[in-house]
Amino acid sequence: MSTFIQTLIVGIRLGSVYALVALGYTMVYGIIRLINFAHGDFIMVGGYTMIFTVPVALALGLPAWAAVAAAAVVCALVGMGTELIAYRPVRKKGNNMTALITAIAMSLFLENLAQAIPAIGPNPKVASQIFAPGGIEIGSVTMEYTTIFTIIISAVVMLLLYWFTQRTRMGRAMRCVAEDKAAATLMGINVNNTILLTFAIGSGLAAVAALMYMAQYPRIYTTMGSLLGLKAFVSAVLGGIGIIPGAVLGGVVIGLVESFTTSYISSSMADTFVFLILIIVLVLKPAGIMGKNVGEKV
Amino acid sequence: MKKLGRTGQGYLLNTIIIVLLFTAAQLVTAAFGGEGSFKLVLVPSIWQCCYLMILAASLNLVLGFLGQLSLGHCGFMAVGAYTAALLSLACERAELFKDKEGVVFILVLFACVLAAGILSALIGLLVGIPALRLKGDYLAIITLGFGMIIINIINNLPFCGQDGLAQGSAAASLYKNGLGFGTKSKVEFLWAALLVTIVSVTLMFMFVRSKYGRAIRAIRDDEIAAAASGINTSYYKVLTFVYSAFFAGVAGALYSCANATLSTSSFAFTNGGILNSTFIVVMVVLGGMGSITGSVTAAVIMFFINYQIKNGSWVDSLPAAVQAVFQYPMLVYAIVLIVVIMFRPRGIFGSYEFSLINLKRELKAALERRAAAKAERKEARSNG
Repeated sequence: MSTFIQTLIVGIRLGSVYALVALGYTMVYGIIRLINFAHGDFIMVGGYTMIFTVPVALALGLPAWAAVAAAAVVCALVGMGTELIAYRPVRKKGNNMTALITAIAMSLFLENLAQAIPAIGPNPKVASQIFAPGGIEIGSVTMEYTTIFTIIISAVVMLLLYWFTQRTRMGRAMRCVAEDKAAATLMGINVNNTILLTFAIGSGLAAVAALMYMAQYPRIYTTMGSLLGLKAFVSAVLGGIGIIPGAVLGGVVIGLVESFTTSYISSSMADTFVFLILIIVLVLKPAGIMGKNVGEKV
Repeated sequence: MKKLGRTGQGYLLNTIIIVLLFTAAQLVTAAFGGEGSFKLVLVPSIWQCCYLMILAASLNLVLGFLGQLSLGHCGFMAVGAYTAALLSLACERAELFKDKEGVVFILVLFACVLAAGILSALIGLLVGIPALRLKGDYLAIITLGFGMIIINIINNLPFCGQDGLAQGSAAASLYKNGLGFGTKSKVEFLWAALLVTIVSVTLMFMFVRSKYGRAIRAIRDDEIAAAASGINTSYYKVLTFVYSAFFAGVAGALYSCANATLSTSSFAFTNGGILNSTFIVVMVVLGGMGSITGSVTAAVIMFFINYQIKNGSWVDSLPAAVQAVFQYPMLVYAIVLIVVIMFRPRGIFGSYEFSLINLKRELKAALERRAAAKAERKEARSNG
């Protein structure tokens, strides 16, 4: 029983990281219908930024997790840069396929650029401790502080995001552009700026996810984002892409699937099961758990 | 005898030229094959080019002609490579052939290539039926997922896992006993690689020009209209996918011939090496989505760039910063891909196909166009 609860907790912790990343995918997909393959690599950018900012934060007497603010800014800038330099020109000229290929190319570009920068290099770097070590024992189950903080921080961030998209002017503009670009333009919304803002927020979330990931696995390497990003994307599709609560639900489901497969079946098969779930969902209900099936217009 | 139509004449002409070139290649190999850079550099390069060409052309069927982005192409290649390697090892253990000699070995070689293709095609069928119900982004991600599942499963199979063929003594055994060719055998069996490549590319080219090819291009341009015109879209999509997977498997078999070791990490979606699904996408996009000629050319170009970046002596004379970039070839390819997509989304060739029988006509037309343009400029000058 204690194994079960432990696995459950690990699953939720993993799931909250996936959910944070999935939110970035879902927001960008919702607004420009593009799988931002480079999103996983924004996590890597965030991770490496924190390698440099955590010592600064500690030197200033702040807690280590305060370094995430700088990382979020850097990630947001990288995200906006990607949109401005690569996606926007291609979106104007090409079709969906060329945009998607550009996204893949951007992902490769960021990964390999990081390797080519001397201060980063191809070798993994070890991060310092983010949250206090140890944990609370309840019966036979241990709740690590890292786990508790991860779950709480993601929940807070998600609630903030939900409030932002539902209640603020900019959030409403964002949902508006996602629904109908032409109509949004007519209502006086600056579509391009709204897309840029979406990229900034999504990439900022990736930095927060990087913090969570580092707290658990203190190893930063240049391709860390690719598999994490893929799984997060699977979460977004699972919940229904473009839907914010869907991404959270999908993230938690994928986290649970992964942790249960790891502890009950085989750790090396965990990825296979994650992708199997994706395939089953796509075949049975392509719009995702919370999505609505929309017929094609002729 | 019935008089040949224009298509028939084209095929006849192509066959004659190919046979001539093939014989010439044989003679050149016989003349220079023994030693020197021909044996050590050129022949291994040709082997690599061969499987890259087949890979690029086969992905182009799905990406360029069917218009669906598949990111799991290397998964099929991995299936082919492992099938061929395991089959050849099994044959060797059953003492069907020894030391890569005799007619039996040649038969085994071709049987391996064929088996690799067929198994890949079967897996392609399994993947294609559910995957092709989706399109666009979803298809890309689901094929990516399948590619990873295939790699993951191969890793976990007891007889070909990470320790089976990849590392240690087992790797050496592929080289010594199975298909893995050393440079000497590569020269000796160069004809086989060329033959397989020629046959594969021809079959793909014929597929594209057949009624199937027209049907899938119709699907690419407008799926709803194609379905309304009576094309069974899911049948043609799956068919193309399977056909493409078959040749990816064949390319995999050639890959296992050309390499002494097999390791699943070299077929993964992201790795620093040349062989990953993205690299194939780069080749197809560079050559032109919808042109087999383009894919074949781009495969050679990309191979050449890759080779030069890694081994070229001119690299040493470049500034240190550029050299640092060249350490990570994928960085260069990513930039190439972005630049091509931004400034020439159609690739080098667009949807142009090279054709011998039309060559004269096309040359004439091009000359006429140039003359016309010249005359126009002249007129504009005299008027202005």
